[in-house]
Amino acid sequence: MTLSALIIDVTLWGSVAILGFMAWRRGRVVLVSSVREGSMDFINIVPRIALGVIGSGYIAAVIPPEVITGWLGPDSGWFGVLTAVIAGAATPGGPVVGFSIGAVALKVGGGTPQVIAYVVAWALFAFQRMILWEIPFMPAKFVWFRAAVSVPFPFLAAAIAMVIGKP
Amino acid sequence: MIVIGALVAVCAAIVWRRDGIDGVLNILTHDLWLFGEIIPRVLAGCLLGTFIAEILPHEKVSRSLGPESGLKGLLIGTAFGAILPGGPFTAYPVAAALLTVGADFGATIAMVVSWTLIGYGRAVAWELPILGTEFTLWRAVISLPIPVLAGWLGRFVYVRMYPKGEPSE
Repeated sequence: MTLSALIIDVTLWGSVAILGFMAWRRGRVVLVSSVREGSMDFINIVPRIALGVIGSGYIAAVIPPEVITGWLGPDSGWFGVLTAVIAGAATPGGPVVGFSIGAVALKVGGGTPQVIAYVVAWALFAFQRMILWEIPFMPAKFVWFRAAVSVPFPFLAAAIAMVIGKP
Repeated sequence: MIVIGALVAVCAAIVWRRDGIDGVLNILTHDLWLFGEIIPRVLAGCLLGTFIAEILPHEKVSRSLGPESGLKGLLIGTAFGAILPGGPFTAYPVAAALLTVGADFGATIAMVVSWTLIGYGRAVAWELPILGTEFTLWRAVISLPIPVLAGWLGRFVYVRMYPKGEPSE
């Protein structure tokens, strides 16, 4: 286990313990009923997470990262921003993949506004995170609503980057 | 879920035709490992969600994060998303808990978007080393207004789509 994974687990279970203690101070019944409810949520969510984790591996295997990098070429202008946004949403895998593709694009001559649009779009719409995490936990209506109102923002970020210029 | 299941089946079939049964099993074992690693954190996230829903006073939440909370509610949601520790296994259960205790779509959108865009966890752990300090800072500064704007847009659209309040599921 790496150090960062350890830190995550310690803070995570530490917060669970602190909040559990706060619930317990309100009475044993409160604690027992919230633990039971949380466990039911967990049991309901496990099959969906299983489908998400195992499924997204296959989806990722079908979309190789090279394809994504191709979309992020040195193509500048608004067309480049559009392809960058689509590429961000289609990027499979975790943060390493997303940011590495951005870094490669910067090296091979991708414009800063396009790469910013890519990173922002990836943060907002990466399909793997939505399938694996957001849809199982949140009400479906919220997820679609959230995604729909987020659409303008990668473009806005690119526009700001174009106006202000290069860092 | 059915759609996702079908998509997964199609992709698994493509992998099987391309790489044979070994390719399919490789991905399966890798993902089962990942699943085993994630599952305790998911349990922790679910417990966090219910504890928060139990502890937070509902009327206070709906006052400070509800539909009438204005810009302040969006700012609170943004700040909360930015400082929330952990990964997706905490962010989404906690966001769902906020919705059930009276936060509106706008403030919750601000929180989720802020977590993905300006949450320090991912930026420090991954973006900084891979993309460099300059790019990361630049990107984060440009992203700062986005959670509030997204939450505001969400609220704006929501009251027009459902003028009579929350529709029944």
